[in-house]
Amino acid sequence: MARALDPHAAIATEATGLDAAGTLQTADGQPLSKALARSSRRARRRAFMLVLPLLLFILITFVMPIGQMLQRSVKNDGFSANMPQISAWFDANPRGSEPDEAAWAALAADLQASAEAKTIGVVGTRINYDMPGTRSLFTSAGRKVRGGIEPPYRDNILEFDEKWGDPQLWSVMREASSPYTSNFYLASVDRTRDEAGNIIQAPEQQRIYVKLFIRTFWLSLIITGTTFLLGFPIAHLLATLPLRKSNLLMILVLLPFWTSLLVRTTAWMVLLQQQGVVNDVLVWLGIIRDDQRLQMIFNQTGTIIAMTHILLPFMILPLYSVMRTINPSYVRAARSLGATSWTAFRRIYFPQTLPGLGAGALLVFILAVGYYITPALVGGSSGQLISNMIAMHMTQTLNWSMAAALAALLLGGVLILYWVYDRLVGIDNLKLG
Amino acid sequence: MKRTLILTSAICGLAFAAHAQDKEVNVVSWGGAYEKSQVEAYNKPFAEQTGIKVNMIAADNPATPLKAQVEAGNVTGDVFDIELSDAIRLCDEGALVEINADDLPAAPDGTAAVDDFVPGALQDCAVANIVWGTVISFDTTKFGDNPPKTAADFFDTEKFPGKRGLPKNPKRTLYLALIADGVAPDEIYDALGSDEGIERAFKKLDTIKKDVVWWEAGAQPVQLLADGEVTMTTVYNGRIFDAMVAEKKPFEVIWDGQYMDFDMFAIPKGAPHPEAAMEYLKFATATEQLANQAKWISYGPARKSSDALVGKYQDGVTDMGPHMPTKAEHLTTAVYDDPEFWADHSAELTEQFNTWLASS
Repeated sequence: MARALDPHAAIATEATGLDAAGTLQTADGQPLSKALARSSRRARRRAFMLVLPLLLFILITFVMPIGQMLQRSVKNDGFSANMPQISAWFDANPRGSEPDEAAWAALAADLQASAEAKTIGVVGTRINYDMPGTRSLFTSAGRKVRGGIEPPYRDNILEFDEKWGDPQLWSVMREASSPYTSNFYLASVDRTRDEAGNIIQAPEQQRIYVKLFIRTFWLSLIITGTTFLLGFPIAHLLATLPLRKSNLLMILVLLPFWTSLLVRTTAWMVLLQQQGVVNDVLVWLGIIRDDQRLQMIFNQTGTIIAMTHILLPFMILPLYSVMRTINPSYVRAARSLGATSWTAFRRIYFPQTLPGLGAGALLVFILAVGYYITPALVGGSSGQLISNMIAMHMTQTLNWSMAAALAALLLGGVLILYWVYDRLVGIDNLKLG
Repeated sequence: MKRTLILTSAICGLAFAAHAQDKEVNVVSWGGAYEKSQVEAYNKPFAEQTGIKVNMIAADNPATPLKAQVEAGNVTGDVFDIELSDAIRLCDEGALVEINADDLPAAPDGTAAVDDFVPGALQDCAVANIVWGTVISFDTTKFGDNPPKTAADFFDTEKFPGKRGLPKNPKRTLYLALIADGVAPDEIYDALGSDEGIERAFKKLDTIKKDVVWWEAGAQPVQLLADGEVTMTTVYNGRIFDAMVAEKKPFEVIWDGQYMDFDMFAIPKGAPHPEAAMEYLKFATATEQLANQAKWISYGPARKSSDALVGKYQDGVTDMGPHMPTKAEHLTTAVYDDPEFWADHSAELTEQFNTWLASS
């Protein structure tokens, strides 16, 4: 019997009737529902195999690194892995217990083992994150105990340095004796722990991250706003001009988009700096005096101007793609019914552009929140964003746990905003093209 | 049978090719004019003499890829050119191979390496190749007959008007403020270790805060000076030498309060070509090579015996001596890098510095 190409059709044509229980059966006596499920399972599997490469790609290059980053923000086993005995003592004795001779003996043994294994630097670095100025305490003690250390351990270690008796140090070591810690997140929101383990505000001269998070979101909001103000008319023009002219205009939008980010940023530096083109022209025109040149770069203004320009296409393109599909007869109808042009725009045209606006605003905002090169080059001291701090911890202080914690908070912030956007506007209303 | 033969010979060929690849060494350095000086002074003669190919890889700060590669257990670089504080820190963390100073070549007159290198240039896991300074430089066309001469002048915007360039980190700004405020070079770290000293440094920086253009990469200050964006800036002495001599810019250097640092060669644990790496390190830090490098850039050789061999710049006209950070009279007010201090306090002071920057 010739089989139909479509398995569902085959089942249908081969179905012979009802069995004793009253269910449909195929020609070979199988229950129809089962055969149907089997064949659709096969189709689903084939579809899955097609998306499998992409799924693996996303897992390996996106989900896993983010997972590792998140793990690094809470896990730092620099102390616990290299100082097992003192970590065990902390586990056995509750917070608040005075370190006894057994604790000092465990500390001495760990210091010696760690110094011999050349991991004492890792241990010191870990403690130094929570208590600045203690790294050399560990490395120098490590050098001294390398040849061995005699009891009484407490007195002998205190002889190296008085600081070993500091209760704050013991509190920090207790914190670090577990590989998992929330301290990097606490530091990311300008908090720290006191001797008793209570969470307190960081000293005033070190409260920076909250301020920078606020600044990052605020500047990103401003940049989203300026790209909207500048991009909306252009997108409208693009959508309504005759094709030949709009193509030309489109090239003007896309050309900078295709130019390297670094080139565009440097070009802004040439234009805006105090001895730059804009200031030169203003002086030449006599609008400002030579000693009154405007400071337009190496501050927040520079960051806003350069980033607005760089992110503008991400606003224009979604707006344009939505505007092109808006039927002009709606506005004409509104006008013919007596609406002023402003009313027609406000009540008929603008609401229809919202899906494009939503997409553009979300794109620009999320990109702006994570921007790094442009603020680093033109931001000066007041135009720095949180990403510059992340980069600094990645490349200069090499404190990757801190960088991961800051990055995770940034990611969390963006996800929350995405959720709020979904609740307010609805993500189905997003239209990218 | 024939097919097996082809297969085995192909495998042998591959194995041979792999073996031939052993004859190379990957060196990670800083790029720019500095990398060029290393290629000319070390890599070319090394390849000629040993037949080992040298691959030069540039990084913003080679200590970052070094740490990343060792942590990931996938080391691709053999020799890294890193700063003194990073060398000590990474050594303490067990990321670097220990280097026995006795293995290093002696000076031509037979002085052992241990006595020939300048103090601090030999560490447990790293060997210095150059001594370099962060110095103040100014545009000579801006100040006429009365040019600035000291670190204090850098902070005097009334007498010497114009913007100032400073790097955006505490390590190379706080010391300068203290020097300008009258702290002696050998008391800098005592001052920075106390709250009052830090406050004093920030107070001095406050006086020029609104006039500062902050830079991050070594090429930026030279550009800022050339553009006329700043009239005075701190800058790495080799970069400004390049601008003054090779590009003939009207800049001048103030050596008062220069900040001295080493750049060192280190070999990470798990380097793919450890023997070649060691061979390269020994070759590059020999007297003649270190002296040769000064032909290409004005960084001081880390060996005493190289000093006598330092002659003229590659143009054959400029005497290198007066441009060296190690010249005796340039050292009288120099601040030396203290890696222990920065390993302890870098994180804390960086945070404090950033907070100071962000507050208006």
